[in-house]
Amino acid sequence: MSELTLTVMRLGFLAVLWLFVIVAVQVIRSDLFGTRVTQRGARREAARPQQAARQNQAPPQQRQQSGGGRGRRGAPTKLVVTEGTLTGTTVALQGQTITLGRAHDSTIVLDDDYASSRHARIYPDQNGQWIVEDLGSTNGTYLDRSRLTTPTPIGPGSPIRIGKTVIELRK
Amino acid sequence: MSSTTNPSTHHTSTIGAIGAPSRRNTELALLVFAVLIPVFAYANVGLAINDEVPAGLLSYGLGLGLLAGVGHVVVRKFAPYSDPLLLPLATLLNGLGLVAIWRLDQSELLQDIQQAGTAAPRQLMYTALGIALFVAVMIFLKDHRVLQRYTYISMLGALFLLLLPLVPGLGKNIYGAKIWIQVGSFSIQPGEFAKIVLAIFFAGYLMVKRDALALASRRFMGLYLPRGRDLGPILVVWMVSILILVFETDLGTSLLFFGMFVIMLYVATERTSWIVFGLLMSAVGAVGVASFEPHIQQRVDAWLDPMKEYTLSRAGVGGHSEQAMQALWAFGSGGTLGTGWGQGHSELIRFAANSDFILATFGEELGLAGLMALLLLYALIVERGVRTALAARDPFGKLLAIGLSGAFALQVFVVAGGVMGLIPLTGMTMPFLAYGGSSVIANWALIGILLRISDTARRPAPAAPASPDAEMTQVVRP
Repeated sequence: MSELTLTVMRLGFLAVLWLFVIVAVQVIRSDLFGTRVTQRGARREAARPQQAARQNQAPPQQRQQSGGGRGRRGAPTKLVVTEGTLTGTTVALQGQTITLGRAHDSTIVLDDDYASSRHARIYPDQNGQWIVEDLGSTNGTYLDRSRLTTPTPIGPGSPIRIGKTVIELRK
Repeated sequence: MSSTTNPSTHHTSTIGAIGAPSRRNTELALLVFAVLIPVFAYANVGLAINDEVPAGLLSYGLGLGLLAGVGHVVVRKFAPYSDPLLLPLATLLNGLGLVAIWRLDQSELLQDIQQAGTAAPRQLMYTALGIALFVAVMIFLKDHRVLQRYTYISMLGALFLLLLPLVPGLGKNIYGAKIWIQVGSFSIQPGEFAKIVLAIFFAGYLMVKRDALALASRRFMGLYLPRGRDLGPILVVWMVSILILVFETDLGTSLLFFGMFVIMLYVATERTSWIVFGLLMSAVGAVGVASFEPHIQQRVDAWLDPMKEYTLSRAGVGGHSEQAMQALWAFGSGGTLGTGWGQGHSELIRFAANSDFILATFGEELGLAGLMALLLLYALIVERGVRTALAARDPFGKLLAIGLSGAFALQVFVVAGGVMGLIPLTGMTMPFLAYGGSSVIANWALIGILLRISDTARRPAPAAPASPDAEMTQVVRP
C-alpha cells in the first residue's frame, strides 16, 4: 500500500473520529429542550395602533405610578396565563388596562367558546391595586372560586378563571 | 415559566414546555456512524499490515452492526425517551477497542504471549454477552427505583463479590494482583460488577441518611465537620477499600470504590468537607499501604522512575516493569497525528498490551489528536450520566446516576493516568476499549442502567387532571 494512501487514511480517520465527536456535541446542544418562546406580537401587528392609543388614554395618575420605577413594593409586574390555549402567555403590567375576551381588539384574545366577546378587564385603581371586573359575561369570571359581581381587588397568587383560561398576576 | 417582554415591540410572548422529543432517530443515525468508524479502522489496519482489505471485514462490521442494532431496537421499544448519545458512544468505543485488539492479534511478537491471536473473536463474544446483559437490564428493569429495595442486599452482594478473589482455590493471582476468580476456563473480575452493585447500595443508603450527614455538623474553619458517629460509614468504606488494597493489592479497585463513595457523599450532602476528608484519607491510606506492601511499592517505583525500572529489568537485575516506559515511548512516537492504524509498534509493550495498556496503542497509532477524541468520547459518556442525574426527579435515581458516571469517570482517570504516568499504574481496564470480558459486560450493564434512569427522567410528565374548578366557567348557556 502506497505511503500516500496510508497517510490519507490516517488523517481521514482522525477527521472522521473528530467529526463524530462534533456531531455528538451538536446533538447535546439541540437536546437542551426546555421552553420554546413564540412571539405573539407579530401576528397582531394590525391591532397595535389601537392598543397604543388605549394606553395613552389611561388616567395620568396611573402612568405616574408606573413611571415612578417599580411602583408599590410587592406589586405584580406581569400577568401570566397558567391554563388554557394561551398557557405561558405573559403580559407586562405597566398601568394599562387589560381587556380579556373573544373580541379581536382585546389585549388578550381568548380563543375559547366559553368566553364572551368582552368578558372582563383588569386595571389598576388610584393606589396601584389591580382590580378585575366582569363585563357582564355569560359564563362569569371567577376569582378564587367565587364568581365576581363587583370590581374586586386581585390578591397575590389568586387565579382568575375565564372559561378554560386561568390567569394570575405575578411579581 | 416567566418572561419579560419588551413593551415597545411585542406585548406578549408564549413560553411553553416543549415535549421532550424521543430522539430515537438521532440515536440510530449516530449508531450507524459509530459502526462505520470501526469498519473504516479495520480496513485501514488490514491495508497497512497485509496490503489488503481483511477477510473478516464484513463479518466484523456485520457483527458489530447487528449488536448495535439489537441494542437500538430494544431501547426504542423499552426506553423510548432515553438519552440518544450513550448507546452510540459506547458502541463506538467498543468497536474501536475491537479493532485495536484485532490489530494487536496480528502482531507475531504477541502471539506467543496471548492466546495465539484469538483475542478479538473472544472480545466480540464478550461484547455480545455485554449487549445481552444490556438488553436484559432494559427489559427486566422497568423502573430503576426497584433497585432501592435491595439497598442492604446490594451491600452484602458487593462485599461478597469483592471478597471472592480471596477465596482459596477460586481466586487467582495474576501478576501480583488478586482480583480475578477462575471459573472453568474463564477468569472473571468480580470487582467490575461490584462497582455497579455498590453504587446501588450507596445511592439507597445516602438517600436515607443524607439529611443526618448534611445537617448535623459543626462549623470549624470554614468547613463543616460531621459528628463523630456520622463519620462511621465513610470510615467503614475507607477500611474496606484499604483491606482491598492490602489483600488484593489492587490500587485501582480500592481507589475506585472509595472515590465513588466520596463523590456520592458530596452530591448527597453538598458539603465540601467530605471531599477534603476523602482526599486526606485516601492519601493517608495509599501512603500507609505503599510503605509496607511490596507490590504497591513496585508500582510506585515504576511510576517515579520508569526508565530506571526499564534498564534494571532489561539487565535482568531487579526492576519489575518495562511496560511503563514502553507505554511512554509509544505515546512519544505517536506524536500529534500518530503513525496510522497498524503502523505503530505498541506490541513491544508485550504483556497486557491489549488490556491495561491498550491506550498506548491508540496513543501511538492515532496520536494526540486521536487520543483526545477518545478521551472526549469518555467525557461525553460521563457528561450524559451527570445530565441524567440532573434531570432525574427522584433522589435515588440522581444518586445512582451520579455514582455510576462518577465510577466510570474515575476508572477512565485511573487507567489513563496510570498508562500516561500521571499516577502509579493500577491493574484496571479502560472501559469498553480494553480486552476483558468482565469489564465489557459490566460496563454495558452500567450503560443500560443509565439509559433506564434517563428514560424515566426525560419521559414527558402525564397531563395534569382537570381542576374541579373548571366546571364552573365551562357551562354552555342557551
